[in-house]
Amino acid sequence: MTTLRTGAMIASLADEGQRVTAAPFGHTLARLADTRADIVGMTADLGKYTDLHIFAQAHPDRFYQMGMAEQLLMGAAAGMAREGFMPFVTTYAVFAARRAYDFIYMAIAEDRLNVKIACALPGLTTGYGPSHQATDDIAIFRSVPGLTVIDPCDATDIEQATVAAADLDGPVYLRLLRGQVPRVLDDYDGGFAIGKARLLRDGADVLFISSGILTMRALQAATALAADRIDAGVLHLATVKPLDSAAIATALSRPGRLIVVAENHAVTGGFGEAVLAHAALQGHGGRMRQIGLPDAFLDAGALPTLHDRYGISTTTIIGRVKAWL
Amino acid sequence: MAVTFAPFTVAGLADMARQNRIDTAHMFMAAGNGHFGSCYSCADIVTVLYFALMRLDPANPDWPDRDRFLFSKGHAAPTLYSALIRRGFFPEAWIAEYETHVGSRLMTHPSRRYQPGVDASLGALGHGLSIGLGMALAARLDRRDYVTYVLMGDGEINEGSVWEAAMAAAKFGLGNLVGIVDCNGLSVDGRTADVMPMEPLVDKWRSFGWDVQRIDGHDLDALLSALAPRRADALTRPRMIIADTIKGKGVRFMENVRSWHSDAITPAQFAAALAELAGTP
Repeated sequence: MTTLRTGAMIASLADEGQRVTAAPFGHTLARLADTRADIVGMTADLGKYTDLHIFAQAHPDRFYQMGMAEQLLMGAAAGMAREGFMPFVTTYAVFAARRAYDFIYMAIAEDRLNVKIACALPGLTTGYGPSHQATDDIAIFRSVPGLTVIDPCDATDIEQATVAAADLDGPVYLRLLRGQVPRVLDDYDGGFAIGKARLLRDGADVLFISSGILTMRALQAATALAADRIDAGVLHLATVKPLDSAAIATALSRPGRLIVVAENHAVTGGFGEAVLAHAALQGHGGRMRQIGLPDAFLDAGALPTLHDRYGISTTTIIGRVKAWL
Repeated sequence: MAVTFAPFTVAGLADMARQNRIDTAHMFMAAGNGHFGSCYSCADIVTVLYFALMRLDPANPDWPDRDRFLFSKGHAAPTLYSALIRRGFFPEAWIAEYETHVGSRLMTHPSRRYQPGVDASLGALGHGLSIGLGMALAARLDRRDYVTYVLMGDGEINEGSVWEAAMAAAKFGLGNLVGIVDCNGLSVDGRTADVMPMEPLVDKWRSFGWDVQRIDGHDLDALLSALAPRRADALTRPRMIIADTIKGKGVRFMENVRSWHSDAITPAQFAAALAELAGTP
C-alpha cells in the first residue's frame, strides 16, 4: 500500500479495487435541475470540492458563487427559498455547522424554508485536523427543530438522498461524500427513503446500528466476523433525524445479541447517542456498545492512520467487537 | 394587479408617524417595557416606506410583485407592527395583546409564522441584508421588478455578515436592493462610536460598491426622495441610505437617553409620552 500523506485531504474513502462513482451528488443535482426550474446552486468558494461545479457547468444561469462567506451563503439561500426557489448550498460541514449555524437555525429552519445544505468532509474524512474535521456537525444539527439530517453511506445513498431531499418540502442537511465515492448499497435490497432504516443483513450475535460511512465499515466487519463464526447484522440509518424509531424498536426486541451503534462522528451528541437514548427510553436492557470518534480535537495525518487510531477502521471495529463478545 | 395607494401628503405622513409612535407606546405599556429608543428612531423611515413608497397589497400579503421589506433591526418590531396594522395587514386589536401572553401574535421580534405581511423572521442581528440579497437575486431570476428594502441598525452593522452581503450585492449588481442604516448613535452598552466606531460610513459603503446617500432620517421629504423605488433593469449598483436619526425621537425624555434602548415604562411616563406625541404636552 502506498503511503498516504496529509495532503490526501480529499482522498477517496474507497479501498483499492472498490467500485466507485465520480461526483454522485453533482451529477444527480445537475440532472434533477434539467426538469426542475426551481433548483439553484450556491456555494462559498467550494464548488469544486463539493461537486457543485458539475451543476454549475450544466446550469450556469442558476449557479451563485457567494465567495468565502458562509453566513451570507445561508442568508441568501433563505431569501431565495422564500421566493420559491430551492437552493442547494454547499460548503464544508465544519463551516456550515460552526460558522453559519445562527443563519441556518434562524433564517432557514425557523421559517421551514426549502434549503438543502449539502456539506463535504463530514466527520473524519479529511486529514487536515480539527479546522476541517466535522466531528460535531450531527450533534449541532440534530438540535435544529424540523431540520432533516441525512448521513449517507455511499454513492447510491447520495444519489437517492439528493432526489429525496428535492422532493421534501423543508430544510435538509446532507452529509456529502464527494469525488470518487464508494458504491456499496447497490448489492442490497431496498433503497433510500427519508426517515427509513434498512436492514442490510441480519445477525444473531451482533447487530450494528450505523449511519454514514460506518455502515460500509460495519458491512466489511460483519463479513470478516462471519469467518470467525460470529453472526453480525447491519441496520443502516441514513436519516439521523427523524430517527426511524420503529425499526430501532424492532431491532432491539430481539434478545441476546450485542448492539453496536457506529458513526463517523464524535461519541458526544451524535447518531449513536440518539439511538442509545432511544433504547434507554424504550426500556431496552440488553448490552449496547458505541463506536465513534473520541470527544477530543483530533490529529492531522493520513486518513487510514487516523481511522485506525480513533477506532473507526474496519480492523479496529472487528477487534473491538470481538473483545466485547 | 397593481395596487395604487392614495398619495400621501407630507403632513399626512407626519400624522401617521405620530400614530406609529403612539401605537408603539401602547404595545410597550401592555408589555411593561420595550425598545422605545430603537422604535422611535426608525418610525419615520418605516412610515414613509409603508404609506408612500412601497408597492403592497394588504389583502394579499404574499403578492409576488410586492416590494419586500426586511426589518433587520427586529427588536424594534412594534414600529413595523404599527405600520402593518395601519396599512391593513392585521387588526388594531392585536396591539393590546403585544407580548402579554404566550401565544400573543405580536411578540418582541417579527415572525413570519404569526404575522401576515412580515417577509422574514428577524431579530438575530446581521441577518436581514443577506436574506434581502437572496430575495433580490430571486427577483432577477423571476424577472420581477420588486424592490427589496433592508432596514438595519447602526449597532447591527458591527456584524461581519452585513459586510459579507455588502460585498455580494455589488458583485451581483443588485440595483433592486436598498439598504437603510438607522444611525441613532446608541446601542446597548453605549454610544455606537465608542462601542465600535464605524465611521466614515458613507466611504465604507461606497468602497464596497454601493451608491450611498446620507440624509436626516426624520426629514420626510428627504426620506421620500432617497427611498423612492427605482425599477429600471439597467440599475446595477445597490443603494445604501445612511439615515441620521435620534434615538427616542418624538418623546423628549427619551431622546438620546441610552437607557431607553430598552426600558420599563411607568404609567406616568406613558401618559407623558402620549401627551407629547398627541401634541398636548
